[in-house]
Amino acid sequence: MAYKRQIDRLPIIPADAKEHNVTCHYCIVGCGYKAYTWPLHKQGGTNPDENKFGVDLSEQQYQDTEAWYAPSMYNVVRQDGKDVHLVVKPDVDCVVNSGLGSIRGARMAENRPSKVTGTQQQRLSDPLVWRNGVWQPTSWEDAMDLVTRVTARVVTEGSEDDLVVSMFDHGGSAGGYENTWGTGKLYFESMKIKNCRIHNRPAYNSEVHSTRDMGIGELNYAYEDYTLTDTIFMVGANSMETQTNLYLNHMVPGLQNGARMVVVDPRRTLTVHSSEQYAGPDNILHLAIKEGTDMALFNAILTQIVDQGWMDSDFIGNSTFQGGEAVAEDSAHPAGLGSLDYAMQTCRTSLEEAAEICGVPAADIQKAAEWIAMPHDDGSRRKCVTCYEKGIIWGNDNYRTIGALVNIAMATGNVGREGGGVCRLGGHQEGYYRPSDAHVGRPAEYIDQFLIRGLGGVHHIWACDHYKTTLNAAEFKRVHKRRADMVKDAIDAAAGGTRDQLIDAIVAAINAGGLFVVDVDIIHSQIGQNAHVILPACELNEMNLTSMNGERRLRLSEKYMDPYGNSKPDCLIAAEMARSMEHVLREMGHDAYADQFKGYDWQTEEDAFMDGFNVGNPEVTYDRLRAMGNDGVQEPVVGYENGVLVGTKRLYADGTFDRHGRDDKKALFCAAGWRGWQAAGKAREQATHRFWINNVRANIFWQNQFLDQKNEFVQDRFPYPFVEMNPDDMVDMDLKPGDLIEIINDNGVTQGMAYPTPSSKRDQVAMVFGSPAGSQGNVVNPGVNELVLPDYKHCWGDIRKVSNATRETAGITFKSKEVML
Amino acid sequence: MKCNRLVDAGRRQFLRGGMMATAGAVATTVMTPEQAKARALARVEMPTNRLANIADLVVNEPLDITYPDEESLGVLLKLGEAVEGGVGPDGDIVAFSVLCPHKGWMMTYSPEDKSLNCPGHHSRFDCENGGQQIWGHATNNLPQFLLSVDDKGDIYANGVDELIYGRLSNVL
Ligand code: SF4
Ligand code: FES
Repeated sequence: MAYKRQIDRLPIIPADAKEHNVTCHYCIVGCGYKAYTWPLHKQGGTNPDENKFGVDLSEQQYQDTEAWYAPSMYNVVRQDGKDVHLVVKPDVDCVVNSGLGSIRGARMAENRPSKVTGTQQQRLSDPLVWRNGVWQPTSWEDAMDLVTRVTARVVTEGSEDDLVVSMFDHGGSAGGYENTWGTGKLYFESMKIKNCRIHNRPAYNSEVHSTRDMGIGELNYAYEDYTLTDTIFMVGANSMETQTNLYLNHMVPGLQNGARMVVVDPRRTLTVHSSEQYAGPDNILHLAIKEGTDMALFNAILTQIVDQGWMDSDFIGNSTFQGGEAVAEDSAHPAGLGSLDYAMQTCRTSLEEAAEICGVPAADIQKAAEWIAMPHDDGSRRKCVTCYEKGIIWGNDNYRTIGALVNIAMATGNVGREGGGVCRLGGHQEGYYRPSDAHVGRPAEYIDQFLIRGLGGVHHIWACDHYKTTLNAAEFKRVHKRRADMVKDAIDAAAGGTRDQLIDAIVAAINAGGLFVVDVDIIHSQIGQNAHVILPACELNEMNLTSMNGERRLRLSEKYMDPYGNSKPDCLIAAEMARSMEHVLREMGHDAYADQFKGYDWQTEEDAFMDGFNVGNPEVTYDRLRAMGNDGVQEPVVGYENGVLVGTKRLYADGTFDRHGRDDKKALFCAAGWRGWQAAGKAREQATHRFWINNVRANIFWQNQFLDQKNEFVQDRFPYPFVEMNPDDMVDMDLKPGDLIEIINDNGVTQGMAYPTPSSKRDQVAMVFGSPAGSQGNVVNPGVNELVLPDYKHCWGDIRKVSNATRETAGITFKSKEVML
Repeated sequence: MKCNRLVDAGRRQFLRGGMMATAGAVATTVMTPEQAKARALARVEMPTNRLANIADLVVNEPLDITYPDEESLGVLLKLGEAVEGGVGPDGDIVAFSVLCPHKGWMMTYSPEDKSLNCPGHHSRFDCENGGQQIWGHATNNLPQFLLSVDDKGDIYANGVDELIYGRLSNVL
C-alpha cells in the first residue's frame, strides 16, 4: 500500500518570513527555488495580509498556483543555532523552470537533516576515526592530524604519486566553484597530484574530449533555443526523466510551437512517449538503433546532408578548417581532425550500410536527415538543436561517436545560432574552477586499475562512492576492501600506543600493500566502510554555493541553515587539511615543501570563492550574484554595467571557435571511422550472454540515492533497483513482477527487481544505475576508450531468479510508466 | 486508444471562474483565547459526507464526487476487484482526489489500467494501489479519501491521507 505522509495541514509562511534564493541541488537544469524561513513560535495566517503570497488561503488555490506547497517542501531546520520553519518551493519567476518543481527538487526541504522532524539522520555530524575496531567520533583537530601525518609521511618517503585522490568536479549538491577550488588548489597547486579521478569515471579526464578538440565547448546554447528551433535532435538522453524541467519548460513549448523531434535511443524512453503526446506521433521520429551503433547512424546522416547539398556552405567556408588534416590520429587523439572533405573520406556511410549496422530502416535514417537539415520550401535553412548525454558519453567509442554527432551540427551551421547548438545535456550542474590539470596527462592514469594493481598508499575520497558508481565494481570493491582492511588491522594492533607508534604502524601496513583511506562526505557511504578517517562535509544552503547550469547560467544558492552538527564546507575542509599539512611538514623539517601549503587562511566559503573563481572572473562577487537572483547570469560574464552582470547568451555567436586553443579559431571536423565495439571485451561478452543490460536513470532518484536511500517516499516506490524487462521474457523465465533477480557475467553479479515493461525489446533489460541495493557497475567490464572513458552502457549478462517478490516489492505498482491520456 | 473518460471537463471552467471570484473576500479576524483553544486540535477535523449509494456505481466507471467540500474534486470508483483499503461488499470501492499533486491539473481516469493520468506533465497514479504514483513529478502519492458504507449501501467519506493540492489545510 502506497506510503502516505498523513499530513493534513502545513504551517503557513508568514508575510515577513525571510526569503532566500536557492538553485536546486540536483540536476544540471538548476531550477530556481525560494526558501522561506521563520521562527518556530510564529506562523502565518490565511488572511492575505498574514501570508507571504498575499492571498486568501482559506480558499482553494487552483492549477499552477504559487500559493501552495507540498509536505515534501516543508521541514524544521537549524538557522543560527535556532530551530526554524523551512519551506523550499519552486520559483515562479525563474526563467529556467517558471515555477515547476520535479520529483527530485521538490523534496529538497524534506531531504534536509533535522533533529526535530528526524529527516536525514544519516548525515555525518562529526569526524570519525577507526579506533578500537569501530568508527569513533572525535574532534576535527584529532582527525585532521591523523590524516595529514599519514599523508605527509607517505608523500615524503615516496612521492606525491602515492597519494590517490577521487574528487567530485561538479556543481550543485556539495560541489560548486568554492569546493572544486578548495580541493583543486590543494591537489593541483600545493601538490601536483596526477593519480586522481572524478566521481563518475575512473580517470581525471573530460567526458567529451572530441567536441573540445574540434573547437566547440559542450555547453554552447541557451535553453530558449529549444523554443526557437525547427528540430530537436536528442541522442542517448531521456530528458523527461533526467533534465525534467528543461524538457517541460523549454522542449515541450518547442514541440507545441511545431518543432519536430528525432530521438536516438535503443530503448523507447518516456521522453519518446511524452513527446508523442505533446507533438503528435507524426512529429516524433524514434530511431531505436542497436546498442552502440550511434556513430554509423550519424555518419550516414552526415553523408546524406553532404550528398543532398543541405550543408551550410557559408558557415563551413568561414568557420571551419579548410586544409585537409589538422590533427593526426595518435595516442591522445582517437581520431584525426580536419576539414569536412578530410572527415568525409572516413565518415562516408550509405543509408543501406547504416541500416544494416544500426538495425533501423534506411528510410527512417533518410527522414532523420531531412528533419535535421533539409532546407524549408522557401530555401531558408532549417534550425536544429542537438543534445546528447550518457547514452553516447558512456557509450561505444566515445571520442569518435561524439565527434560524428558534432560533425552534423557543424555541417549544418547549427552552432552559436538561435535555435541551434550542439550540447551535452549534463548530469549534475557544473561548478569547476581549479588550477591547471595539465600535469595529469592525456591519456590520464586509469585509477581503478592503479589501485587494483596494488599501487598508491593513501586514498583521499571527496564525495565519491565508487562502490555504486564505477565500472568493474565487483573487483574494485574486493581489492579496495582487502587493502583497507590491512590498515584497519594495523590500527587495531597498535591500540594503546602513542600517535607516533600508530603512524608507524599505518605506514608499515601501507608499505606491505595496504591503503589508508580518508573519506570526506555528507553521509557514511558504502566506500566509506573502508575508511580510516571520515570527515563530515555539508551541502549547499548549509553554505553559500555558486554553480552554473546546462546553459551556463551562474547563480548563488544562498545559505539558509547551519551545517549539520560539526560538518563543514568542503573548501574549508581542504583549507584545514592544507594548513595541517603545512604544520606537519614543517615539524618534519620539510620547510620548502611546507611553504607550498600557504594561502589557505579562509574563514568562509566566500573567501574560497574570492581566492579562486573571482580571480579569473573579477566582475563576479557574491553581492552582485545575489542581486542577479534566481535568473543569475549566463557565463562567461563579460562585464558589469548599471548594477547588472553582463553575460553571454550563446557561445560562438561570432562564428569563431576556440575550445581547442587553435589560433585560427576554425572548428575541425572529426574523421569518425566506424570500428564496431571499441572497448576490450565487449564483443565477446555480447556474444556469450542473452541479455543486454542497459544502464539507465529514473526521475525519482537523484544520482546514487545518497539521500534518497533514507527517503521513505522514494524507497516505498522502488525498494530494489528496477530491471525493466519485456513481459514475454519474464514469462519465459517464470518471473513475476517484483521477483528478485540476479544479473551474472564474468565481471560479477548484481541484483534487482523484475519490472515488466511492454515497450522493452526482447533480450534487453534496463537497470537503474547506482542503487545502494544493487550496483549495476558490478557487471560492467573494465573496458574503456583510449582516453580512459568507460563504456558503462554496454554490458551483457544472464538473468536468474533469486527469490519471489518480498513483502516490499509485492506491494508496489507495476503498471506501465507511460501516461494514458 | 483514446477511450479514457474525462472526469468532468466542464468543471475546469468552473475552477477558472472560481479563481477570479476569491480575491479579498475575507476580512482580518482576531481570535479570542476561547476560539484559539477550540481550534487547537492536533489534526484537522474532517467532515463525514455522503458521496453516493453503491447502487449508483458501475464497475470501472468513475463517478465525480467532491470531498471534503465542493472545491476539492475527486472520483469514486468501483474497481471490480478487491483492493487494500477498498470498502463495500466486494472490497473494491475507493475514492481519490483528482487534483494532481504536482501542479494541480485535473486528471483523467483510464479504465484500461485503472489509473489516474495527468494531462499537465504526465504523472500517473494507480487506483488499485492506494494512489501510488506509477511515474511522475509529484512528491507525494495521490490523496485517497477514506470511505465507509452503511447498511443502506450509502458510501461516506471520512478522511484524507495526504494534503490535497491547492490548500494548506485539508479543511479550509
Ligand atoms: S529538473 Fe533538475 S534542477 Fe529542476 S527541480 Fe528537478 S532536479 Fe532540480
Ligand atoms: S500537474 Fe500533473 S503532472 Fe504536473
